[in-house]
Amino acid sequence: MSFETAYSGIGRLDRLSYGDTVVHRLDPRAKVAATILFAVAVVSFPRYEVLSLLPFFLFPILIGALGDIPAGFIAKKVVAVSPFAVFVGIFNPLFDPSTVAIAPGVSVSAGWVSFASILVKFALTVSAALLLIATTSFPGICRGLRRLGLPALFVSQLLFLYRYLFVLMEEAMRVIRARDMRSFGKRGTGVRVFVRIVGTLFLRTVERAERIYGAMLARGFRGDVPSMRRETLRPSDAAFVLAAGCFFALCRFVPVPQMIGRLVRGLAG
Amino acid sequence: MSHHLLEFKDVRFQYPDGTEALKGVSFLITHGESVGIVGANGAGKSTLLLHMNGHLLPTSGAVTVGEVPLRKETRPEIRRKVGVVFQNPDDQLFMPTVFDDVAFGPLNLGLPPDRVRERVHEALRQVGALALVDKPPHHLSGGEKSAVAIATVIAMEPDILVMDEPAASLDPKSRRSVIGLLNSFAHSKIVASHDLDLILDVCARCLVIRDGAIVADGPAPEILSDATLLAENNLELPLTLQGRPAWEGTRR
Repeated sequence: MSFETAYSGIGRLDRLSYGDTVVHRLDPRAKVAATILFAVAVVSFPRYEVLSLLPFFLFPILIGALGDIPAGFIAKKVVAVSPFAVFVGIFNPLFDPSTVAIAPGVSVSAGWVSFASILVKFALTVSAALLLIATTSFPGICRGLRRLGLPALFVSQLLFLYRYLFVLMEEAMRVIRARDMRSFGKRGTGVRVFVRIVGTLFLRTVERAERIYGAMLARGFRGDVPSMRRETLRPSDAAFVLAAGCFFALCRFVPVPQMIGRLVRGLAG
Repeated sequence: MSHHLLEFKDVRFQYPDGTEALKGVSFLITHGESVGIVGANGAGKSTLLLHMNGHLLPTSGAVTVGEVPLRKETRPEIRRKVGVVFQNPDDQLFMPTVFDDVAFGPLNLGLPPDRVRERVHEALRQVGALALVDKPPHHLSGGEKSAVAIATVIAMEPDILVMDEPAASLDPKSRRSVIGLLNSFAHSKIVASHDLDLILDVCARCLVIRDGAIVADGPAPEILSDATLLAENNLELPLTLQGRPAWEGTRR
């Protein structure tokens, strides 16, 4: 993946977060809380569980649909980071060869089941996290974290990171373009040149930081980034967290797929 | 209205590396004046501007804003009176949304939230950028960023507005709207630029700085039509004064 496509991917995620749907309008704190609850519920399942995890997909699907987020875009991002999960679980089938029956007449080694479980948990949590970012503006997430008790210093660091990430990436992109334009074949793209580019970008960043600090002082900065947003949680936000929490608890403690299976068999028989 | 005065008296400044950037600069700018500062690259324009709100302190000499002499401890007061718009809007706009950025100064002045909100809306209305209030700065165009950068400073209601290249790298239409904007302000204005047509349109008076000293100070139309003086300072006549028949350059 080239630098420019990586950059446009982040840019797209950021642009999606400025949409205006039911999901976007929810309080950032509510969405952060629901996402954390979701992740905890998913991860708390035992290692051989696959079937009981499936109902959880309803949450990201619902958020994505209501938030008007293109499913293909999120799916691509999940696949792009999936090598991490694959490496974590790829040896399970070797280390765990005892067999289990997954359907009448079909049995596989338990390692494959736990591997599948890891992949499903990974897809669930990562897509939920991506959807959180895609439906909540980054400043909103920061304000949410601040109101949930994260220290002000960390939050201002995150805000500056967000504000200047795009400036820095654009600068890096221009430098890399200039390098590629004058390097033919392999020459010029080696590690030594790369190290110098990073050095240049670092120096420019330091200079920029000085100018920004000057601009902050010029407008009366005295060590604290002020904010005057005072959002209050609306009943709809509370209802969202409550509903999501109940749904997660239901899926966590009640074996929904098995019940549906029994129901279907009951009807058939 | 003596509190809108800006006076430099024999200001000298040496950078820590020994470069003498200002070598005895004196001038007085009175209430409501609009003054252009022009000069070659490296003549000392930016150093001069950085003295106006105390970002740099003179090595010797005195800067006075209103009745307040510039010293380390009077800087916050000076910064309330003198608003500086820096050249690169990406340095000027550091908050995550336009609203937060314009509110930054007024909040630091300790204003109550409703007053802050009023000032933000008034400042954005003045620069014609009210529609951008909830956008993040990195989604703005160059012209929009410049307009918002000016709004962040006028929201603090300074007595004197100082600008470094307010229209650099703007397309002609955005540049024209910045000129219109500057002309709509009743503040005292100080504009440093290589865009001499902009100075001619906005400023009544013009200072020429060379090698850290003022070499000319007078009415802008007079100074900016002095071809010899301009040439000595790596400048040339403003395009509107060059009187070249429109098609001569391309005719064969």
